[in-house]
Amino acid sequence: MVIKPVPDKDLRSSDLTSEAQFWSRREWIATVGGGAIGAAFLAKPLAAVGRDQADDLKLTPYDSVTGYNNYYEFGTGKDEPKENAGTLRTKPWQITVEGEVAKTGTFDLDVFLKGLPVVERTYRHRCVEGWSMVVPWMGVPLGEVIKRLGPTTKAKYVELITLVDPKQMPGQRSDVLPWPYTEALRMDEAMHPLALLTTGVYGKPLPNQNGAPIRLTVPWKYGFKGGKSLVKIRFRETQPKTTWNIAAPEEYGFYANVNPMVDHPRWSQATERRVGEFFKRKTLPFNGYADQVASLYSGMDLKRNY
Amino acid sequence: MTGAQWVTRVLKPVTWVACLGPAVWLLAATWVTLHGPTGPLDWDLGVDPVKTLQHTTGLSALVMLLVTLTVTPFRRLTGWNPIIKVRRLLGLFAFFYALSHLLIYAVFDQELSLTKIAADIVKHPWVLVGFAAFLILLTLALTSPAAAVRKLGGKRWQSLHRLIYAAGLLGVLHFLWLVKKDESEPLTYGAVFLVLMAVRLIPRRSRRAGELKEGLGLKSRA
Repeated sequence: MVIKPVPDKDLRSSDLTSEAQFWSRREWIATVGGGAIGAAFLAKPLAAVGRDQADDLKLTPYDSVTGYNNYYEFGTGKDEPKENAGTLRTKPWQITVEGEVAKTGTFDLDVFLKGLPVVERTYRHRCVEGWSMVVPWMGVPLGEVIKRLGPTTKAKYVELITLVDPKQMPGQRSDVLPWPYTEALRMDEAMHPLALLTTGVYGKPLPNQNGAPIRLTVPWKYGFKGGKSLVKIRFRETQPKTTWNIAAPEEYGFYANVNPMVDHPRWSQATERRVGEFFKRKTLPFNGYADQVASLYSGMDLKRNY
Repeated sequence: MTGAQWVTRVLKPVTWVACLGPAVWLLAATWVTLHGPTGPLDWDLGVDPVKTLQHTTGLSALVMLLVTLTVTPFRRLTGWNPIIKVRRLLGLFAFFYALSHLLIYAVFDQELSLTKIAADIVKHPWVLVGFAAFLILLTLALTSPAAAVRKLGGKRWQSLHRLIYAAGLLGVLHFLWLVKKDESEPLTYGAVFLVLMAVRLIPRRSRRAGELKEGLGLKSRA
């Protein structure tokens, strides 16, 4: 099977910093940084302002990507998944396919993915909490998987269901969220070439705390859409209920597209902080993938469909 | 050691060291983050440095506010009066950490733009609640010197400084509102706050009983 590569529209010329802008920033930094306020502490973060904004796709270090995770199945602290996820056994692993689809059944993961193209994708990753990363993922386009499974004409949504096993997942002994953690996409979203079933990061197999052995990555949506350690894919005619939407419907919608114009009820979504950086940067519509995905939502009220 | 010596030689220095602890740690960790070696030792501010700064200063402000609120019940319970000598210091440290918390937010979240800060406060109740708590602590800090007590008069000063209860409530609310889902930590602080408030509702019967005994010349000389 030949896969047409997705054109890389991530970097537009408008994203780049002109030389004049660059030097005017340095000048400002020199003025402020030269001030009396604890230069040793402030000079470096201030010097980073200009650079931070320019390095839009600078990779977040591996240790940060794998040591700062929201994976409530292993605890609600961001360092807890790395500490606790060792109990998860990812081999053998099976995926069940059911619903409005031709090839139903339970498959070993190897069989499920066999023959599909593994692609490398460096995506921005924007958490609904206001922080972000840039992560080099590896995986199989979800659309390719779906094509092979052959959904029926009734299939309007894809529901992705994750593992429930309190023995392996200590966080599930608390009812902080309704388990299993479930996410879903509209069929056209799921078929979009940017949507990825992710199996690796930084050229290595996915660590447990990042959702091994297989997870969803939808770069234009907030991170919580990306269910981790998937065990079931169900094709449905009606819109499935999704975990965070059940937990707090006013705060987390079904679509969860990254949108700087629509604030979370409690905090602004206009800006975000790349982990490791001191100052915030502007959040981009659809997390910077508007050129590729905005047409999926044309005519929709994105304030209402948050 | 006399009671007064105990206060100046032990109680006050211990309070200073304990209260400066978080600030010293944050400064050291900031230095390590910016200039220090990276390695397995977790001496830096972690993956999201600004979040660590914000969370630690905010939490320190809340803890010190709650400790300040513990002084009076502690004194009543134990009858150990010298503790009152560090109440102002504790309260000022609560203000110091709240101020640091606000400054870190103003610099790193809002790039010192007053318009952005004002818009954020108006738009988000969570920020508004935190800002209100800060304004209360600011007022109390400004009226904390002995001269201010004299100028206001003891009664008025005392009723003004009862606003610390409101600051405590707003502080807990501010913390509770920030959390995405797992509210156990802010609720723990909320429970401590409620206990400290509830203790204040218990009538001071023991003291009255003591006064009565004294009036009748019955107080023992233990």
